[in-house]
Amino acid sequence: MAINCAMIGSGNIGTDLMAKLMRSPNLNPVWMVGIDPDSDGLLKAREAGLKTTHEGVDGLIPHIEEDNIQIAFDATSAYVHGENNRKLQEKGVLVIDLTPAAIGPFCVPPVNLKDHVGEQEMNVNMVTCGGQATIPMVAAVSQVQAVEYGEIIATVASKSAGPGTRKNIDEFTQTTARAVEIVGGAKKGKAIIILNPAEPPLMMRDTVHCLTETEPDQEAITASVHAMLKEVQKYVPGYKLKNGPIFDGNRVSMFMEVEGLGDYLPKYAGNLDIMTAAATRTAEMFAEEIENGTLTLKKLV
Amino acid sequence: MDLKGKKVTLHDMSLRDGMHSVSHQFSTDDMIRMATALDAAGMPMIEVTHGDGLGGSSVNYGFGLHTDQEYLEAVIPTLKQAKVSALLLPGLGTVRALEEAAGYGISTIRVATHCTEADVSEQHIKKGRELGLDTVGFLMMAHMTTPEALLEQAKKMVDYGANCIYATDSAGYLLPDGVTDRIAILKAEFGDEIEIGFHGHHNLAMGIANSLAAIEAGAGRIDGSVAGFGAGAGNTPLEVMVAVCDRMGIETGVSVDKIMDVAEDIALPLMPTPTRIDRDSLTLGYAGVYSSFLLHAKRAAKNHGVPSREILMELGRMGAVGGQEDMIEDVALEMKKKLV
Repeated sequence: MAINCAMIGSGNIGTDLMAKLMRSPNLNPVWMVGIDPDSDGLLKAREAGLKTTHEGVDGLIPHIEEDNIQIAFDATSAYVHGENNRKLQEKGVLVIDLTPAAIGPFCVPPVNLKDHVGEQEMNVNMVTCGGQATIPMVAAVSQVQAVEYGEIIATVASKSAGPGTRKNIDEFTQTTARAVEIVGGAKKGKAIIILNPAEPPLMMRDTVHCLTETEPDQEAITASVHAMLKEVQKYVPGYKLKNGPIFDGNRVSMFMEVEGLGDYLPKYAGNLDIMTAAATRTAEMFAEEIENGTLTLKKLV
Repeated sequence: MDLKGKKVTLHDMSLRDGMHSVSHQFSTDDMIRMATALDAAGMPMIEVTHGDGLGGSSVNYGFGLHTDQEYLEAVIPTLKQAKVSALLLPGLGTVRALEEAAGYGISTIRVATHCTEADVSEQHIKKGRELGLDTVGFLMMAHMTTPEALLEQAKKMVDYGANCIYATDSAGYLLPDGVTDRIAILKAEFGDEIEIGFHGHHNLAMGIANSLAAIEAGAGRIDGSVAGFGAGAGNTPLEVMVAVCDRMGIETGVSVDKIMDVAEDIALPLMPTPTRIDRDSLTLGYAGVYSSFLLHAKRAAKNHGVPSREILMELGRMGAVGGQEDMIEDVALEMKKKLV
């Protein structure tokens, strides 16, 4: 039996997520929550037969019990996530946070999904699109040897960055940098995001630089990077290592390209896909736990 | 062109844009010597930060010899009249960095975005105003959009609280008519309420001509750099600009003799290679490529055995925007693959 889900936020991420959830074997999207009745996301959700509200999370709360919503995805903005999270947890709903609010622990599936099993967590954070695209590579290096400093540069097509992302640009850089440290394993992390308006839109690009403490073991790092690449490709098939790893002294650099599935925005918007695919994979793991009884959803009191 | 009696505020970039030319390696002593000499010459505004602004120190753009804090705290207390500005690129610099810089005593914050992406500057412009700073919206690579679209972006920045808007020719691509069109439309909309500024690069030797076109169209602030010390073929050379303004009767408040001496005696000796229009910097202006890419492209060319001019042309074709320095090595690696 599939677990019923709600999506909060009917922007680029929420709408792309809907397509992923509809294909999931053990997740069942039931509600789409927005704030603009005319938003494209709500329209698409209605067409797909979902229940919708344009009254924000308050429009959803009264229906949680009758529709047995157990998992909610918040794709609004870092500013409103705290309040959304509180209201949902009062109802015992597990929250997957796709904003950079980062109230709950970070989850980057190929690196630390298993760490979240059996932890009884009620809120996990998916870092940022740039984080999902790069932290696996930082981890691939730090699993081989100590990384003094990890830096990521995420370039996304302007058309794929909605108003939430734009208003939250500092949260993006700060949350990503912190997750480069906590999940990626770099002692110090830095993140940079760039929006590029070129037409036709460019594919999401990510560059990862690691400075290793000692001379990099080129063979072991290259093997680790390729193994990690395969792990990410399991849920984001368009995740590519375009160049690298290249080695220059203690610098190890990887140049990534992320092609999306084209579910909502066209294929250039790999930044949406990597985020929504990671969130879907995370939720599927929790859904299994709920189904086999290892995770009991508790109401926040 | 009759500009007699116009007043403009000149803004020196040598200690920020010039940082690109020295791979961000100015010592604090270099900065103090340059800043105090500019101050004594009557330069009203001086920008001091990493070349890519607050928080720019990185693998991607190059690590600074010192932190922004060390530079700002070294320079600001030594100045008698000049005010210090800092640059901030959202996506790289943060509100936190802005608050810290305000604490070190900057008077002006210049929040820079690509010319079509002004809405990433909301948090930073609002904070700048809240801190009581002279807050500038700095629209980079202004040649990449139309004057009308540039105006729409400028309106957003003004809505957030900017009291001055710049059309920034980061690639040194614009010709005087292109500057006139952009400044004029901003002036027509904002009148005297919002100051208008122009930031030029000298890649097509248009620094002075473009700055004069900007003044004629209503710009009140003009960026430049002593001896052109800046990315690409440098910024508008300020000692030349001051001399030209003096001849034309434009009031700058800067001493012609003193600024010439700063350029010749202090700025030039600090340059690792003279700032000039070589074939690579000319390519920047010709192809419309971000000036700071210059030295990164030269380095990638050397490391990977491909011509720097071809790297720059390819970046132009890709529509690379400011900050995308990481693409330079990637482009070089792609070109290298094709050579094999």
